[in-house]
Amino acid sequence: MFKRVLIANRGEIAVRIIRACREMGIESIAVFSDVDRKALHVRKADYAYHIGPATASESYLNADKILDVARRSQAEAIHPGYGFLSENARFARACADAGFKFIGPTPESMEMMGSKTRARQHMKRAGVPFVPGSERALDLNAMERLAEQIGYPVMLKAAAGGGGKGMRMVKAPGELHSAYENARSEAQRSFGDNEVYLEKFIVNPRHVEMQIFADEHGNAAYLGERECSVQRRHQKVLEESPSPIVDEDMRRRMGEVAVRVAKAANYHNAGTVEFLVDEQRNFYFLEMNTRLQVEHPVTELVTGLDLVHLQMRVAAGEKLPFRQEDIKVRGHAIECRVYAEDPDNNYFPSPGQITRLISPSGPGIRRDSGMYEGWNVPIEYDPLLAKLVGYGENRDQAIDRLQRALHEYFVGGIKTNISLFRRILRDPDFRAGNLDTGFLDRLLAKPYHEIDRQHPLMAAIGAAIFATLEPKATFSSATGASASANGNSVDPPAASNWRLSARAEALRTR
Amino acid sequence: MTYDVVVDGKTHQLELTHGEKTWLCKIDGKEIEVDAALTARDVLSLLVGGKAYEIKRERSLQGELHMVIGSARYAVDVQDPRSLRTRRAIAGAEAGPQRLKAPMPGKIVRILVQEKDEVKAGQSILVMEAMKMQNEMKSPKDGRVQKILTAEGSTVNAGDALAIIE
Repeated sequence: MFKRVLIANRGEIAVRIIRACREMGIESIAVFSDVDRKALHVRKADYAYHIGPATASESYLNADKILDVARRSQAEAIHPGYGFLSENARFARACADAGFKFIGPTPESMEMMGSKTRARQHMKRAGVPFVPGSERALDLNAMERLAEQIGYPVMLKAAAGGGGKGMRMVKAPGELHSAYENARSEAQRSFGDNEVYLEKFIVNPRHVEMQIFADEHGNAAYLGERECSVQRRHQKVLEESPSPIVDEDMRRRMGEVAVRVAKAANYHNAGTVEFLVDEQRNFYFLEMNTRLQVEHPVTELVTGLDLVHLQMRVAAGEKLPFRQEDIKVRGHAIECRVYAEDPDNNYFPSPGQITRLISPSGPGIRRDSGMYEGWNVPIEYDPLLAKLVGYGENRDQAIDRLQRALHEYFVGGIKTNISLFRRILRDPDFRAGNLDTGFLDRLLAKPYHEIDRQHPLMAAIGAAIFATLEPKATFSSATGASASANGNSVDPPAASNWRLSARAEALRTR
Repeated sequence: MTYDVVVDGKTHQLELTHGEKTWLCKIDGKEIEVDAALTARDVLSLLVGGKAYEIKRERSLQGELHMVIGSARYAVDVQDPRSLRTRRAIAGAEAGPQRLKAPMPGKIVRILVQEKDEVKAGQSILVMEAMKMQNEMKSPKDGRVQKILTAEGSTVNAGDALAIIE
């Protein structure tokens, strides 16, 4: 096993990996930018090195600086986490060239999966199902025949396209001709190329992904699926395992396809194969993520495996310590991604100082967090603060435990999306497992009434008692606001203990 | 102590007196006995007739005072009617020019009004980008745009005045 591992990341995932290192007797090396000197991962690691300014391209994305730290600190391996350099094949190659083991797949596998067309060719050959379609440009006649064959609705897409330009949904044969002409002219205007191809349009798709693991000795296994349909602006918000619609048989078929994908890519280490699932529960390959996923904890809870431990062991050359038939999915786990964003202001990021943090615990609750009380959430990076995961013997119990934990959770000073999860978990469609990628947009479009708003008088009494005890904090609004708005300010001193106890004493006059 | 406490726009008259071990609280003419304990900074435990409440106090970035009970958040404003300072603050909140300030560092993407335009409270004045997200900044009051202090494309710091609404 490695003696020392560098973690080329920050936030909750860096803390997650540092914890695994400590459990395995591996020394951890953290890296940090100017604004992360006080970040939790720096506090938790065995070693920590400064790598540059706040801008990610000059710090967490700067491969040269990270490799330089790896040399100076005598690291043996580099764990990239997710995001940043985790899916950068050039970085993986540079690690290998410099003599460090990259904890992840080979650069060749990453390159193959990074290119949509190359991935598609290889996967077709391996018999992986794709959304039915033409793959290449067609003329109108060929398109009519193909649309008839795969069935309406269909989608026209620009061959050179992206970003929704040159895309047209066609519901019935009569609309195909004009949609074809429109898509062609829009593609010509947007990309200078008027070729369009045709794909089946998946109505109300679900997003379900399969976790796989492969060692460097030709063994691979699937570790169950994750339902990731609850999304906002194509960003996952909540994930669960197992998926409410996947049964034993579907899991086996999806898992076997995912393992075929991994083998066709000569894949090593942890990976995720993403599928689109239609209303008839047919599944189609979307892409492969060649890294550890944000939502890996739900898989850990239902399989009992530690994926980061496994990553280390596989990267160190060990064989997978299990066979496919040893993998059992037990219970149900749901993850909430807690972001520093303001639900009352269109989910705009809300950086600043965390003035108060009350964290939930208790049965069936796991919290992977990168924040602490007094810490300043920087504006430069992804606003993910923590992941709150509920586990139970079944889906209902997992939901109930999560709701209880969300009730306990309090993050003061900044805004978070915690209230959004209360809303999702209460929704009848969510509770029934009726999900698709449009679920959250529909939920947010509905009017919302907080059910738990019964104590305005208690709020008034509480405010008055606070005002009596601490008139300054109640009446001078300017000071409180500027301290948290200014990211560079020195942390305001917390009320000293003797003052706090004196005030508490005053409350209970004898 | 006597206060006017505004909760979600409704004003409550409140009179607080120390009792033997608890507080006597007269709210809107009704008397309630409250056992209160400050358990940590900004966290108050109240016992009222055996019912327990945990109340968290928070000051928002815009300077508003919030009380959080369970999962409900109440915007409150505490006024001490005898205090000259709060009387002035109340008067100042509605009258006179107000500055629209940047809540965080970012870039001004678009300005949606011109100087001298009439605006309503809550109307979008400009669009700001921070953390790769765009956000509309809204007018704090009904009035007229006296001055725009920034330009499209310029970078601003937290607390910078962006416009003055009079």
